[in-house]
This record gives sequence, C-alpha cells and structure tokens, in this order.
Amino acid sequence: MKVCEKLGLNLIELEDWNCCGSSSAHSMDQKLAFRLAARNLSLAPSGRPLLVMCPTCLHRLKLAHKVIAENPEARAQEEARWGRPIDPGLKIVHFFELLSDVEPSRLEAALVRPLRGLKVVPYYGCMLARPPSLRKERNYHGLIEKILISLGAESLSWSFSARCCGTFLSAARPDIAVPLVNEIIGGAVKAGAECIVTACAMCQLNLEIRCTLKDRIPTLHFSEILAFAFGAKGSTKWFRRHLVDPMPLLKAKKLIP
Amino acid sequence: MGSDVEKNALPSTLIDLKSCDRSFGLEVNERSGETVGLCWHCRTCAGGCPYVKAMDYHPHAVFRLVQLGLRKEALESSTIWICVSCNTCSIQCPAAIDIPAIMDALRHMAVEEGVKIAQPEIVKFHEEVLGSIERYGRTHKLEIMMRYKVRMRQWFQDMDLGLKMLSRRKLDLTPSKIDRPEEVSRLFTGTAKDGKY
Repeated sequence: MKVCEKLGLNLIELEDWNCCGSSSAHSMDQKLAFRLAARNLSLAPSGRPLLVMCPTCLHRLKLAHKVIAENPEARAQEEARWGRPIDPGLKIVHFFELLSDVEPSRLEAALVRPLRGLKVVPYYGCMLARPPSLRKERNYHGLIEKILISLGAESLSWSFSARCCGTFLSAARPDIAVPLVNEIIGGAVKAGAECIVTACAMCQLNLEIRCTLKDRIPTLHFSEILAFAFGAKGSTKWFRRHLVDPMPLLKAKKLIP
Repeated sequence: MGSDVEKNALPSTLIDLKSCDRSFGLEVNERSGETVGLCWHCRTCAGGCPYVKAMDYHPHAVFRLVQLGLRKEALESSTIWICVSCNTCSIQCPAAIDIPAIMDALRHMAVEEGVKIAQPEIVKFHEEVLGSIERYGRTHKLEIMMRYKVRMRQWFQDMDLGLKMLSRRKLDLTPSKIDRPEEVSRLFTGTAKDGKY
C-alpha cells in the first residue's frame, strides 16, 4: 500500500474480505471455491477496479467473475446469497497491471534509493501461466525486469523464473518442495544473482523456508524492493522479518549506510 | 521420493475392456467442462511439470486412464493430489486442455466416491485450510500448521522453522477474522450448499 501511495495511488482495503480458498477450496469443492470468490466480488463497490496482489486470488476471482458476468442465473444465485449486487462489469486488476500502466516518469520521481548495481533475478513462478480460458488476458512477462532496471538494478536471465514454487506441497509434502526450491535458489546463485525478486508472497515464503542449501541468497517480494527503492517508512525494519536477512547485502552494495 | 516413483506408465497388464467404465470419461468432461478425448498424448504436460517425479502417472497418462474408462486407477492415482494446479502444463498443451480443471474434477470424484486416497496427507492439509476458513473466514497459518502436524503425528517436524518464523513475526499468534463469520461458515453446512453454481 505504501508503494502505491508513493506512486500517488490511493488504495482502500476491501471491507471484510475473506480468503478465496486458495488451492484447497478448488481441489476439494468446486462450489465452495466459486462462492468464496463470489463473496469477495459482492463486497466490491461498483465503479472502482478491484486490485489483487496474489496471483491465485486473481485467478479465482477472475474465473468466478467470468461465470457471473456470462451467466445471469449464476449471478442471480450469488446476489441472492449475499444480499448484495455483483457488478458484471467489475474490473479485476493485478498489482502488475497497475504498475505496467504507471508512467516511467512517476517511477523516477518516486525513486529515493536507486538499486545501483544490485544483481537480481526475476521470479514469476506460476503467475505467467494460466488456464486456457484466461489465455487472452494481458501477460506481464518482463515487468519485474523492466521496472527494476529503471530503478537502477541489474537483471540477469536464468532458467527458473517460471518454475512453480511448490505452493501447498511446501506444507503438506516438504520432501517434494525442498529439492524443487533448492533447484530454483541454486539456479539463481549459478546465474550470479545476489537476490531473487518474486511476484507472489507465497513464493517468497516457500523459497525462504524450504531452501536447505548452504549458499543462499535473500528472496524479496516485488513490493518489498519497490518500497525500499521508494524510501517507504519502515521498509528496512520489515526486512528483519526475513529468514535470510537482505540487510547485509544492501549494506555491502552501499544501498543503505 | 525414491521408491514411490513408478514408471509413470500405464498398467503393464492387459486391460480387460469389459471392466472399462464407458461413462467415466463423459462424467469427467461434464464436471470439468473440458474434453479429455482431445488429449493425443504428446506428453508436453509431463515434460513441463515440475512434479512428475513424485507422481505415479504422468498427467497425460491419467487422461489415458480416463479415456479407457479405468475409473478406479484414475481416481486412486497420486497424480491428482500431487498436481498443484500451477498451469505450467495447460499453457503448453497444444490442445489447450485445462489440465488442472480435469484434475479438480477427478479430485472431487475421488472424495465423493470414497475411493482409496493415494495422498491422504495432502487431503488432510486441504481440510485444515478449509477448517480455518470455516472458523475465521481467513486462514490462520500457525493453527493450520499445528493442527496438521498433530494429525500427521509429525510432532517435531518443522518445529525449529515454526519458532524461527514466530520470532521474526512471520506467523501471527492470533487469527485475523472477518466481521461476519456466519456469511462464510454457512457455505460449509448442508443447507447452504444447495444451488447450481
């Protein structure tokens, strides 16, 4: 939210939002997954775009909204259930879409701490992949690179930018997630990266908690590095929450005193 | 993984066509909104999937089971639970099949039909996540993980990790709840489950 403030965008948190059910709802119960997403849609005021940070929430909300917009019967069912209208024209926007529409001059104006010389690899995970029914939606491949380069960082190419992070297997089957995460982090180190910048908060968490390599590098969510670059209050204090503290790296690169 | 890695192939024994369930494929199509018959087994899905090593059948091989009407084999495969729906396969599929949608349909059928679940630990995890949503409208990660570890009798696995995350305030001690929890909790009870969508 602080990043958006720095870019002159005013965000209002969706009142009483609920969890969209993540992988668990659609894996176990189709109707439950649809209805959990529909409740959020019913809470969204019409006439304003709904901004979403998480790629999975985005899919769940967009898929549910597609059904509601195209099927009057489904829309009537959900409007009756929640006692609230659902805007069939609601715009659902990912954080990346918002960023890609921000004028470069605005990014430049917000820049307080240039990321000079910081070698990053962009990590999109499964975000760029989507079901065939959403294939024609805009794609944000290259956005992390484009923005970080404009903020002074050096972006490296590597093999694992679109490799899935393991999602819930990190909790349910760590034995599957660990080798996968190690391959990703190992790939980043091999490419010469000093840190990984992720598109999704869960990817960020999984890459941190399931890496067992000795040679590890910090993993930052895209919004965290933007908050840092824009000098948002408390952004460096926040970094101490990381399991791999990025502060020593940022100090070594002389990005902070 | 090791020993539970199968050859990812179809059953090596001969398939008795009389035991094939002809309606199975149609049921899967209807539930998923996809057409399983479109799969011509180019194996692109298996090539891109990060999880094939942990699956007993490759994704397309599960579809072959469906095409052949081998209901039990398909619904009892570990593949349907290992698949995390990352869509890596479906963006590469030349037939534009929504592979995770079919996996979802198979998962729902496996639960409804009470077949032997190949990955009970994954189902238990999903149940804990949904239980948290039922109680709070949101997920309380610490509670989900603690309840899951207790159910799995993995008392100490990840304990050090959990403590590290707590000390860095990466996990909240108390759940974040919605203001109108009954709106969400009623989705989980019988009567509110009615409705076509």
